Amino acid sequence: MKATAATASAPVKRSTSLRKWIADYGVYVALALLVLVNIVITPHFLTVANLRLQLIQTAPVLIVALGMAMVIGTKGIDLSVGSVMALSAAIMPLYIGYGTLPAILVGIVAGALSGLMIGVLVSSFGLQPIVATLAVLIGGRGLANVIGGEIKNLSDPGLVSLGTGSVLGVPYSVLSAVLLVIVVAFLMRRTTFGVMVEAIGGNRRAAELAGIRIRSVLVTVYVLSGVLAAYAGVLVAARSQASDPRTLGLLMELSAIAAVVIGGTSLSGGRVRVLGTVGGALLMQLIVSTLVSHNVADSISQMVQAVVIVVAVALQVGRRKS
Amino acid sequence: MLRDVDFVLRPGTIHTIVGENGAGKSTLIKALTGVYQAESGTIELAGERVSFDHPSQAQDAGISTVYQEVNLVPLLSVARNIFLGREPRTRFGLIDLGTLNSRAAEVVAELGIDVDVATELGALGIGVQQMIALARAVTTEATVVIMDEPTSSLERREVDVLFGVARRLRDQGAGIVFVSHRLDELWELCDEVTILRDGAVVRTGSMAELDRRSLISAMLGRDIAEHGATSFSEAPETESTTAEVVLEATGLRAPGRLHDVGITVHAGEILGLAGLLGSGRSETVKAVYGALDTSAGQITVRGSRIRRQSVPAALGAGVALLSEDRKSEGIVPELSVRDNIVLAVLSRVSRGGVLSRRRVDALVDRYIDRLGIKLSSPTQLVSELSGGNQQKVLIARWLATEPSVFLLDEPTRGIDVGAKQEVQALIDELAEKGLAVVLISSETEELVAGSARIVVLRDGEISETLTGYEVENSRLLAALVDGGAASDAPSAEGAPCPDDAGDRA
Repeated sequence: MKATAATASAPVKRSTSLRKWIADYGVYVALALLVLVNIVITPHFLTVANLRLQLIQTAPVLIVALGMAMVIGTKGIDLSVGSVMALSAAIMPLYIGYGTLPAILVGIVAGALSGLMIGVLVSSFGLQPIVATLAVLIGGRGLANVIGGEIKNLSDPGLVSLGTGSVLGVPYSVLSAVLLVIVVAFLMRRTTFGVMVEAIGGNRRAAELAGIRIRSVLVTVYVLSGVLAAYAGVLVAARSQASDPRTLGLLMELSAIAAVVIGGTSLSGGRVRVLGTVGGALLMQLIVSTLVSHNVADSISQMVQAVVIVVAVALQVGRRKS
Repeated sequence: MLRDVDFVLRPGTIHTIVGENGAGKSTLIKALTGVYQAESGTIELAGERVSFDHPSQAQDAGISTVYQEVNLVPLLSVARNIFLGREPRTRFGLIDLGTLNSRAAEVVAELGIDVDVATELGALGIGVQQMIALARAVTTEATVVIMDEPTSSLERREVDVLFGVARRLRDQGAGIVFVSHRLDELWELCDEVTILRDGAVVRTGSMAELDRRSLISAMLGRDIAEHGATSFSEAPETESTTAEVVLEATGLRAPGRLHDVGITVHAGEILGLAGLLGSGRSETVKAVYGALDTSAGQITVRGSRIRRQSVPAALGAGVALLSEDRKSEGIVPELSVRDNIVLAVLSRVSRGGVLSRRRVDALVDRYIDRLGIKLSSPTQLVSELSGGNQQKVLIARWLATEPSVFLLDEPTRGIDVGAKQEVQALIDELAEKGLAVVLISSETEELVAGSARIVVLRDGEISETLTGYEVENSRLLAALVDGGAASDAPSAEGAPCPDDAGDRA
């Protein structure tokens, strides 16, 4: 064997700037295009009632996705969110006798505890996030079934108004989603917590050597994700005025991950794109509703969603290589 | 990473590639095995020009690689592993287990490996697994076998068997590349040697004609004087012993890595820490920084003892560590330069967890300015900067913690000459201002020029301390070569190897 004058350097960096741009901003372009298409082809698209409906339907996914984005930012994943939604919605009715707010708080505390448990398993016991949260995905829904049993009708007036009421025409659920987007964006962009989350996801060892307390950051992230999921569960139950532990929040983890990834947050961690996640959640919602309003079968709609997710992830992979 | 490297491997020889960390050994091997693609240059195999886009192509062409970590299938039997992908088949196309096992048994018996071929591979020791990997190479009739640090986790007895197998392969006409940090093994096994330094070949030739001293000198680059002039100011031998003791570490022990190491550094002093790869130099500073699990040891900074062994505790006490591995332990590539600089001082540039833009910008601008970091904007991704500038960003990160002790592990490795001189001048300046500095470097010139005292480590222990007039290049080289009980003569008797611990990423 003979190697002559080999001049090697680590894998060549080539800027695939267009690809990177699409991965970063493609979601907004796609969203804008889809809105334009809908304006042209879908009757009554540009009506207040329809836009309201779209936003109401997006709110729970978006709220869950905000927590998911932070978890993914640390190079983790949270598969438990759908079951946590069911759990909080199942616990809430048991305490509705104490008033609306206490009942909601109990539901949210349940989400926080679930997140705490996951966080400790991941950070102190070294469990892989996918395993720890998968355990809660399965066990959490089981617990919700035990607690909730049958479908419960929720006629508490406070809950009903949370589910259907609005301020100046903006539904409470949408309003709270917007507020949470602002809060999470602030957390990620303007606080030490945000820097620590991205540092842990980007280079955990370096973060550790910089004195960052990895464990407490990870626990916080999973608690936040649990709280946000629990709140989303409350919203869904309030809107449907019922809590069915078998179906509430089912497959929500996948919708949330899709929204995050389509929004340009890399699954390999290290960066959190909050606004992109909003775009991702809206885009997925709009795709589904567009297909539904044109009488496309559900099964086709699922396949279209799958294609969108694959394209988004492929773009992410391309960027990481570049 | 590699500059114009010529490498010739003859059939029927065992050829070693040596060099310190970062000299380009792994890069060369990766270029040969298709993991990396060379920017220019050619590879010829048995006279034919080849190019590999992927490791599997190299394998198909007959280049077999045995890594420190065995890349076989742990859940399959030894026999299945040896013939993986080339299993003898029955008439029905199923794997003929009978033939497979008997042929595998023949192969291992012939090589002198004592193992039941039906055993699950993962149940065996790492040494046996490596031999199975070699046995696989034997049966594939590989023309080139690359052994990258195969012995680092083996016991002497296993090493002997492994060497036996390697010699047999050589006698069959294979060309073998052997890489090991255990220098004594090289004379025992190898016929030819190529020494790399800074990505270039500094010497190549017969192993027998090279003694230990010249090998180490060539590895460490003794004659870099033409361009290796350092930017440390002359005469650093101030009366530092009268200055305040800033860092005192005693009795540091870590199983298999450090055996009772202690260092003392005064204010304004640069203490050099020398030793070959694996001698425990990085481990020593990591132990001081709380980033290595130690079983014993006491660390005192400015008179107060660090009680809890943790990074936050060390940082709080005023210790900073610039890690040797910039990429995996330093830079957070997806964060901006700004965030990378403030990473270790987040609490100081924030109030109630909310970052103060003003304080962040002031701090970041100050260090960018002071260290002359070249960038388009502080919000630029740190991964877009050159190696030298990335290193400056890391130095800025640690200086921002306003340390009393700065531990610098290979601060100038892998950065260009200009940046290197700037970094050296900066270290000098910091010490002049009263910082206590511990400097680790594989370049003896750098250590000699920079340090007032040099502690030489070998095998996790301090073998010598050079002070005053002893701080001189030839003295240091001698200490590195002869330190401890080892002799100049190549040893074939498996003397305790000088570098069996740590340091390998």
